[in-house]
Amino acid sequence: MEIKVPELSLVLLIGSSGSGKSTFAAKHFNQYEVVSSDICRGIVSNDENSQKASQDAFDVLNFIIEKRLKNGLLTVVDATNVQKQARKNLLNLAKKYHTLPVALVLDMPQKVCEERNKEREDRNFGNHVIRNQQQQLRKSIRGLKKEGFRKTYVLKGEEEVEAVTGVVREKLYNDKKDVHGPFDIIGDIHGCYDETIELLEKLGYLIDQVEDNGSNYGIEVTHPEGRKVIFLGDLVDRGPKSPEVLKLVMSMVRSEVALCVPGNHDIKLQKKLSGRDVQLKHGLEVTMEQLEGASDAFLEDVREFLYSLVSHYILDNGKLVVAHAGVKEEMQGRGSGAVRSFCLYGETTGEIDEFGLPVRYNWASEYRGSAKVVYGHTPVPEAEWFNKTIDIDTGCVFGGKLTALRYPEEELISVDAAKVYSEPVKPLEAGSSSGMSHQQEYDDLLVIDDVIGKRIVQTRLRNNLTIKEENSIAALEVMSRFAINPKWLIYLPPTMSPCETSDLPNYLEHPKEAINYFKKRGVEQLVCEEKHMGSRVVLVVCKNEEVVLKRFGIENEGIGVCYTRTGRNFFNDQTIEKEFLSRVQSALMESGFWEQFDTDWVCLDAELMPWSAKAQSLLKDQYAAVGTSAQKSLSAVEEVLQKTQSRGVEGIEQLLSKVTDKRGTVDKYIDAYRNYCWEVKSISDYKLAPFHILATEGHVHVDKDHQWHMEKIQSICEADKEIFRVTPYKIVNTKSEESIEEVIDWWTDLTSKGGEGMVVKSFDFITRGKEGLQQPAIKCRGSEYLRIIYGPEYDLPENLERLKNRGLSRKRSLALREFALGIESLERFVQQEPLRRVHETVFGVLALESEEVDPRL
Amino acid sequence: MLLNITTTHQPASVLGFMLHKHPDKLQTVKLSIGKAHVFYPESSEEKTTVSLLLDIDPIDMVRGGRNLSGKGFALGQYVNDRPYVASSFMSVALSKAFSTAMNGKCSHDPSLVDVEMPFEVSLTSLPAPKGGELLIRNMFEPLGYEVELERYTLDEKFTEWGDSKYFTLNLKHILKLKDLLSHLYVLIPALDNDKHYFVSNNEVEKLLDKGKEWLKNHPEKEQITKRYLFNLSHLSRKALEQLRDEDVAENEVEENVKKETLHTQRLKLVLEKLLASGAKNVIDLGCGEGKLIRMLIKEKQLEKIVGMDVSYQDLTKCRERLHWEEMAPKQKERIDLFQGALTYQDDRLAGFDAATIVEVIEHMDESRLQSFERVVFEFAKPKTVFLTTPNGEYNVLYESMEENTMRHTDHRFEWTRAEFETWANKVAETYNYTVSFLPIGEEDSKVGAPSQMAIFNHGN
Repeated sequence: MEIKVPELSLVLLIGSSGSGKSTFAAKHFNQYEVVSSDICRGIVSNDENSQKASQDAFDVLNFIIEKRLKNGLLTVVDATNVQKQARKNLLNLAKKYHTLPVALVLDMPQKVCEERNKEREDRNFGNHVIRNQQQQLRKSIRGLKKEGFRKTYVLKGEEEVEAVTGVVREKLYNDKKDVHGPFDIIGDIHGCYDETIELLEKLGYLIDQVEDNGSNYGIEVTHPEGRKVIFLGDLVDRGPKSPEVLKLVMSMVRSEVALCVPGNHDIKLQKKLSGRDVQLKHGLEVTMEQLEGASDAFLEDVREFLYSLVSHYILDNGKLVVAHAGVKEEMQGRGSGAVRSFCLYGETTGEIDEFGLPVRYNWASEYRGSAKVVYGHTPVPEAEWFNKTIDIDTGCVFGGKLTALRYPEEELISVDAAKVYSEPVKPLEAGSSSGMSHQQEYDDLLVIDDVIGKRIVQTRLRNNLTIKEENSIAALEVMSRFAINPKWLIYLPPTMSPCETSDLPNYLEHPKEAINYFKKRGVEQLVCEEKHMGSRVVLVVCKNEEVVLKRFGIENEGIGVCYTRTGRNFFNDQTIEKEFLSRVQSALMESGFWEQFDTDWVCLDAELMPWSAKAQSLLKDQYAAVGTSAQKSLSAVEEVLQKTQSRGVEGIEQLLSKVTDKRGTVDKYIDAYRNYCWEVKSISDYKLAPFHILATEGHVHVDKDHQWHMEKIQSICEADKEIFRVTPYKIVNTKSEESIEEVIDWWTDLTSKGGEGMVVKSFDFITRGKEGLQQPAIKCRGSEYLRIIYGPEYDLPENLERLKNRGLSRKRSLALREFALGIESLERFVQQEPLRRVHETVFGVLALESEEVDPRL
Repeated sequence: MLLNITTTHQPASVLGFMLHKHPDKLQTVKLSIGKAHVFYPESSEEKTTVSLLLDIDPIDMVRGGRNLSGKGFALGQYVNDRPYVASSFMSVALSKAFSTAMNGKCSHDPSLVDVEMPFEVSLTSLPAPKGGELLIRNMFEPLGYEVELERYTLDEKFTEWGDSKYFTLNLKHILKLKDLLSHLYVLIPALDNDKHYFVSNNEVEKLLDKGKEWLKNHPEKEQITKRYLFNLSHLSRKALEQLRDEDVAENEVEENVKKETLHTQRLKLVLEKLLASGAKNVIDLGCGEGKLIRMLIKEKQLEKIVGMDVSYQDLTKCRERLHWEEMAPKQKERIDLFQGALTYQDDRLAGFDAATIVEVIEHMDESRLQSFERVVFEFAKPKTVFLTTPNGEYNVLYESMEENTMRHTDHRFEWTRAEFETWANKVAETYNYTVSFLPIGEEDSKVGAPSQMAIFNHGN
């Protein structure tokens, strides 16, 4: 004999001491599934039989059960459970976590129990205890179903217990994780048959009349691509053709071209058809009228069909959940009366509004689940995503439209209602007055719990990334004290690793190693881009301020923003920023960018020059200061050494030549930083060199290669040659020595003229090799530039030798993690995810940046 | 990096004996991170010059966790003026290379030690931040030196960047060699005012030892001590105490009592008003190192005291100052400290009778204030809010302040009284509070008090 229990259930073993509960549990369930009261007694008192420890033991028992149920795990309670009160407590726990309770009674003869207890040295209670328990058990058995157990098994005597061959776990009805779609999810129909047909046709379904086979009502619906419809319930009431809708849906569900969850109206109809006393209100009277004269067989068919509907479904590996009124995360995939009621009616606050309708509580505003929830029930003028949930009831019966959500495409397709079939009691909730979406209004303020503490961020490129608490702590300070409005912050760039150190005598870095990084990993084609020496900036530019409001939810902050790699404003002066951004915007317009990309905003990754524009204080306090003090000191030193040398003091000559060498390096150092400085008198003195078109509406452009980026950017640059600077680049074939030589020559020439160096990237934006994701870019800096990083004298032979010993693994690991997070944030923004989801990832980049790593790398 | 000492004492050759360094040899002493060379560019009976040259290894300087840079700039320790300037390294080199002379010994002829001789000194490059030429003169001239200075421009190509903090310093004086050396030993690092080679309690002894003859009577002794000890107040206090005559010390203490700082006045006023509001629990938003918290815990009226700040470092200091670790469990229960930011909605901030927000909002960009308002007034919703911010109008009365600057480099704005009141009134109206205003500090008839407070009461 097999015992069947729901996959997620709370199984109570019921039997007196010595009835064999533990043996049974050990045989049929897994180690962790069984929670035993005796073991809990032992844990809190070192004595499994201590009655004194009962209270503590049951506290522990309940605690463990709660944690397991919360985590959705089947749990077996190994305790006598012969008292009604004890069972009631456990039933309450099952209810709290929407878990189905199962009773499994081991009804053993008293003798067997007594003998078994005798065999156990640790059990020294008298037989009267067992007798009592046996009596309580007998009393209990009949009432178990009434107590609330969904399933009850009573095993009488040793034979029946022995006869159990196994415990089968049954999937819950709502578990359709193995159904993957693609789906077309349709909102509340309310008898709008014509619109439904029109929508199905628009979605590409073929609707044929076929012979009535007794269950299909002569309708056959198919989709050439095998798509499936999901009806979100409220098929009936208010509208003109509820019976037709029922026939259509029943036929589609039965031929497995559709799934259907029940709505509150459907359930009310079902109750009415079952002969229950239901008031003929809210459109039910219309349906009943339409059903007049229908055959009893049809009515019975409808009743059965509606009765069979399951409150909600978990689909596509748990990524999609559908329910008429939505369903909270903790209820998804569970079964209880509360779950069913939530799915049908949603959550109400208990208050009644001025139209006499219950005030609905917006459960979606607190939704943090990973599954997308598609629902209906509350008519809205437009379907919009909100915290990964979407209400697609667009009030067709009230003269709105009937909407379908295509999944996984997430495309919304709708047909307008032919007329107003029913006057709504209250007007459809108008869109927000601020011009922002519901999501944006909600996102106006971020919540601290979404950023503090240890965090695990899921990314497309590198799965789970852990942000340590100490790094979140650092990031919180930087983010809240210095960063711009988080609504702008849709991306932060990753750090970039340099190449391995060169084995050539005079170089710390040389292109050979940068190219080799990729060559060794089997990358054949590279793009080498000149690295400009300015400040790394991210630009978000919109077509106009309306777009800023609509897409970013920001008001009165101009048409865009230009921020640094730590999320600070690049410009301190708002007027200059405004002027600068409007130049960029004009260039985008003139180059036809908006039309070409079918977008009204863009996020660009760029270098903004001159360096001196942002690094003014750094230059004055550090670079020029070191230069001038070194120059003056060293020439004074040279002078006294020359004098001393003329006196013929031994050893001075060597010292003098060392000082002369140092002086030479200081002169070069001053030249080096001067290269990156010029005075900014007007906007035209800024030079902007974009190198990635990161994202536009609907797209994160990491699927394009770097040549594409360079070419597209060039056409923007041509629209305003004064402030844009085109980035020179070379394409390298790593299999051709000639090609490598060519780029080395190019780099040598570039850096000898004071250029910072170059960035080597694989041709494709994202490349994976055996070790997984590869570095998005490797920088190779010129010898002179490195002076301003490693200090003027870095390349004196005795110094260079020591500096070549440097480790890159930490830097590279950081670069990859930050890259994955950066791309993730763009993807999330483009997919219109809630701000906290975008913010989480940029916050992560900032947090990682607080990890200590050699700043010279 | 270079110190030249010239004497025209007759015979000038005694300099070599006194320094215990042979005039015809290049001599090198080892320092912890490099070397110092001693040699003589000039040596005759009429005139002798000795040079002390620092030869600091810039790579070694940053090895093994020795971070000798200033703060803020990550690369600062690599691109650094330390190898090229006269800093505490020069003092270390002086004491190593010329220890005998500094200690007033001369085995060749002990009588020379107390002879006052004409000296000319040149130092390149000497940094003198926050004070420049005037400071250098104020330090050397009271000791009798004739001072000549050359200040360097930062970069000749970019003259708009202005002058640097570096000088070539030429000194002339007739004095004992050991005094000259001890003056240089103390004044070079005091002028440099940068992170020290190291600063420890030992450093106080060194300062007192080298300055025992002259520092006590130097008019700039306070400034010299503070800068020499790199503004580590606990050390400079200790040193100054030891330099002071007892009666002088008493006078100064009295003055300290009379002149309460503006910040103390501000905190006292907040405390007074807070207690008067009847609050039993309070949250200090932006508690920093916990100056206000330490005042609050003394008040019996307050049952629960919570401090929040965005800076973890400040919170750590706050804990230290409260002696958190040693606190009794009951006390600990009364106090709670955590990190948070006023631009994020935070349930931990809700449910308080009062919130204090002392000198916080001016550290936020004005564009972020809207979030702040919602966090505090819409969600945390304390019954009473005590909020202070500087009064920008008052800045004209601060003589040392340049025009269009603010009291603190991190201030994003300093509102006038009218601006503050407009903002506060709007906030009160939006979130159902009533608001009243109070000046903090002595009021000027034209520009008001230096600081201002708004008290918001929820409801009517």
